[in-house]
Amino acid sequence: MKTFAELGFPGRLIAVEGLDGSGKSTQIYLLKRWLELEGLKVFFSEWNSSALVKSATSKGKKRELLTPTTFSLIHATDFADRYERQLVPLLRAGYIVLCDRYVFTAFARDVVRGCPPKWVRGVYNFAAHPDITFFFKSKLEVSLQRILDGRPQLKYFEAGMDLHLSSDPYESFRIFQGRILEQYLAMSTEYNFVVIDANERVETQQQIVRQLVQSKIELGQFLHQPQ
Amino acid sequence: MKTARKPKRIRSNIFVPTTSPKKWYGHGIPGVDLNRLTGKLIVVEGADGSGRSTQITRLRESLERNGHATVQVGLKHSSLVSEELEQAQQGNILSRITLSLFYATDFADQLENVMLPALKAGFIVLSDRYIYTLMARDMVRGMDEGWLKNMYGIALVPDAVFYLQTSPENLVQRTFRKAHQLDYWESGMDLGLSRDMFDSFVKYQSLMVAQFQRLQKTYGFRIIDGNQSVDGIQEELRQDIEEVMKGH
Repeated sequence: MKTFAELGFPGRLIAVEGLDGSGKSTQIYLLKRWLELEGLKVFFSEWNSSALVKSATSKGKKRELLTPTTFSLIHATDFADRYERQLVPLLRAGYIVLCDRYVFTAFARDVVRGCPPKWVRGVYNFAAHPDITFFFKSKLEVSLQRILDGRPQLKYFEAGMDLHLSSDPYESFRIFQGRILEQYLAMSTEYNFVVIDANERVETQQQIVRQLVQSKIELGQFLHQPQ
Repeated sequence: MKTARKPKRIRSNIFVPTTSPKKWYGHGIPGVDLNRLTGKLIVVEGADGSGRSTQITRLRESLERNGHATVQVGLKHSSLVSEELEQAQQGNILSRITLSLFYATDFADQLENVMLPALKAGFIVLSDRYIYTLMARDMVRGMDEGWLKNMYGIALVPDAVFYLQTSPENLVQRTFRKAHQLDYWESGMDLGLSRDMFDSFVKYQSLMVAQFQRLQKTYGFRIIDGNQSVDGIQEELRQDIEEVMKGH
């Protein structure tokens, strides 16, 4: 699969991936602030945001109705909705689109749930690949600590409880996240991830991110037209 | 003139269907043991107005009379997404890939939560349409066949698929007799084939027939002439299903 640049889109897509608690959302937020304050056409898109599909997804999650296959397909539906209605038009219009998670989240999560890798990749093969994918690689224990410190109410699917790894949600979450990390690491080379050491200071990471973005994307082309 | 009525013969013999081996189209649903699926999956495909529903209702009656437990499934019936899918269609707000994935989710939900459990329990599952309609609709809209085949690799290969092939002209007549209006989606209005709904319906249904004929080569449907009478179709279906029950 090709990137948006390779497909001749005027826009560029930058994605961040990593475990919950790896600090990736902070980093993409700071990237967005920088780009928009510099006066660039930038749009930020989150995973799980289309209203209609959200209604079905949250119903399925609440009632614990989802199987690995339907979990995968309903998230693919949600992704496709955003992809077709939002991402592609913005990329056609020459925006820099920032995505907090992209198809790789699905590749990792669905495969851990037992869907065949080839099938999941096939389902998502309508989507072009990001021009840059940052992977925030954190120590498993550190990410877990950041999430679990607050003793949050872990949701059923979030904790991977459907996999019956442990009857304790916290233990289940640990095992589940560990397996997702393995999947991410296995994909890293295949999909050209830019690996960022998430154990570094926020500023240090952001410096690396900005430098890399600047070196790979001709930012001057993305300035808003003066009104 | 009245003839003396023969006392009605009430039969109580029940034929126990032969279990035939099952397969998936692709990798299927992880963790399901195919050997435990002792029921039969029978699919009836055909456009709206081809008499599908009437035929299925009657088949169900005849199967139950003969002592077979049956369950009926159809598209857009899942408890998971059917409401949202209906809403999306009303508003025509989803793009093609999204709608296609939404239908696939609906299908997978019913496959896992209704069809497979019923087949495990030895039921005859009558499916009012199956993946073929979904694939044909998408292919008419220019979507990639390889993508669809991979996605529907989760599906179980039915024991029999009947395709009620009806001419578009006949479909129009039957649809009008029943509903006095054409359906937006069944007329393929989203494709912009014609601004005239009647024209669009005829063109769209012809495209669907062509796709089904293509799919027939891959999937080997039994084609039933949908232009014959309701009784005629039913008779043909029953005879074929009897063979299926014997494992032929």
